[in-house]
Amino acid sequence: MKKEITIKVNGDTYHLAVDPWRTLNEVLRNDLNLTGTKLGCGTGDCGACTVLVNGRTVSSCLTLAVEVDGKEIMTIEGLAPSGEELHPIQQAFIEKGAIQCGYCTPGMELSAYYLLKNNPYPSEEEIRQALSGNLCRCTGYNKIVEAIAAAAQQLSSR
Amino acid sequence: MPLPKFEYMAPTTLAEACKLLKDNAPNARVMAGGTDLLIKAKHKAIRPGVVIGLKNIPDLDVIRVERNKGLTIGATALLADVAAHPQIKRFYPAIAYAASVTANVQIRNMGTVVGNLCNAAPSADNAPTLLAMEAEVIITGVDEQRTVPLKDFFTGPGLTVLEPGEIVKEIFVPWPPPRSGVSFQHISPRGKVDISAVCVGAMVIMDGKVCREARVALGAVAPIPMRAKKTERLLKGRELTNELLQQAGAQATKEAKPISDMRASARYRRQMVAVLTKRALEEAVKRARTRIKRG
Repeated sequence: MKKEITIKVNGDTYHLAVDPWRTLNEVLRNDLNLTGTKLGCGTGDCGACTVLVNGRTVSSCLTLAVEVDGKEIMTIEGLAPSGEELHPIQQAFIEKGAIQCGYCTPGMELSAYYLLKNNPYPSEEEIRQALSGNLCRCTGYNKIVEAIAAAAQQLSSR
Repeated sequence: MPLPKFEYMAPTTLAEACKLLKDNAPNARVMAGGTDLLIKAKHKAIRPGVVIGLKNIPDLDVIRVERNKGLTIGATALLADVAAHPQIKRFYPAIAYAASVTANVQIRNMGTVVGNLCNAAPSADNAPTLLAMEAEVIITGVDEQRTVPLKDFFTGPGLTVLEPGEIVKEIFVPWPPPRSGVSFQHISPRGKVDISAVCVGAMVIMDGKVCREARVALGAVAPIPMRAKKTERLLKGRELTNELLQQAGAQATKEAKPISDMRASARYRRQMVAVLTKRALEEAVKRARTRIKRG
C-alpha cells in the first residue's frame, strides 16, 4: 500500500504517494527528475547517491522514501540554487581539475559541503576522512582533496 | 538494485512495535538505520514481508551518561552521535572511537550502535569494546523486559538470543572503575574504511603496576565476538611488562578461531590478533594511568 509523504527538496515542497520499498534515490531520480543524484553500488559503499537529510549526509540508496516524510532534503541541484553562479566548492572542482568522468562528483561535492559546514578549516587528513564514503573510480582523489582545500580557503575568506 | 516489496509500519511506542513484530512473525523485521537490513533485502539474503521502522518511537535515540552509574545508548542512537558525544568521548573514549571508525560518514549518519550489535556480524566494530566493558543489553518483549549480558547476547553469525516479538531497547555500559583504561584496535588490509579483518577491545583495572583485572574481547576471529578468558587470567594479578603483554598476544591467538574469507586469511588474522591485543592492552594501561593523574 502506498504511503503519502511530504518532503522539502532544495526548498520546494512535494506531496507524494510512494511504495514503502522505494528508496529516496529512486524517488529523487524517477519521480522528481533530479538526476544529479547518482546511483552507484546501491549498497552504501560508493557514495554516488549522497544527499543531505535534515543537514546530514546519507546514502539515498539505503534510505526509504517513507522514512524521510516531513524532512528537508538537499541534493546537488540545491548546491548552487540560482543555476547561474556555481557554489565555491563546484568552482574549485572545475579549477583544480577534480572532475574526470563526473559520476562521483555530486556525492563528493555534497560530502565536501557537509564537511565544511561542520569544520571550516579542515586538515588534509580530515578532508580525506570526510571523503571515506565516496569512491572515485577514475581515482582522481588528489585533485578532489586539493579542490576542497581551496574551497575551504575561499569560503572562510568571504 | 531494487528492494523487494514489503509492507512498512512505523509504530510510535515500543510496546506497539513488539506486538507488530510478534503478530507478523516470522516475516517481520525491525529496522533502525537500515544500513544492514536493506542491503540484505536487496541481496535477497532475507525477505522481510513487513518492515517495522523504529525511528518514530520517541526517546529511543537516547544517549545518557550518568556519573558513577553508567552509559545508556538507545536503539536508534546514531553511530555519528555516539562518536561525537562529548561525555562519551571523555569517559568512554574507546566506545566513541569504535563508533567513529564504523563504516563511513554517510553510514554513521544512518546506522546505530545497537543495530551493529543486533546484526550480530562476528566483525561488528562496536562489540569488542562493549564486551570488554561488560555491557548489558536491555530487551523489551510483548509482556516483559529482560536484561542480558552482552557476552550472552550473540549465538552465531547473524544470530542473537532475541525471541520473536523482542526488540533491544538500549544497551547499558557500567561506569568505568577507578584506575581503569579501555582501548579498541582494529585492522583491515584495505585501510580503515572496510569492515575489520580483526578487531580487539581491552580493559584493564590497575593497582599500581599490577593488573588487578583484565578483559580482552576479540572480533572477526570466531563465529561471534568473543572474550579471551585465558588471556585475561594470564594477566590478572601480574605486573604488565612488555614480555607479559607479548605472551598475552600469543595466548589470544591460541583462543581465536579465525576462518579465511575474502577479507583476510586465517593466518593473517591469527597474527593480527597478537599484534592488536598487545596494542589494545598498552593503550588501555596508558589510559588507566592518565585517569589516575586526573583523579
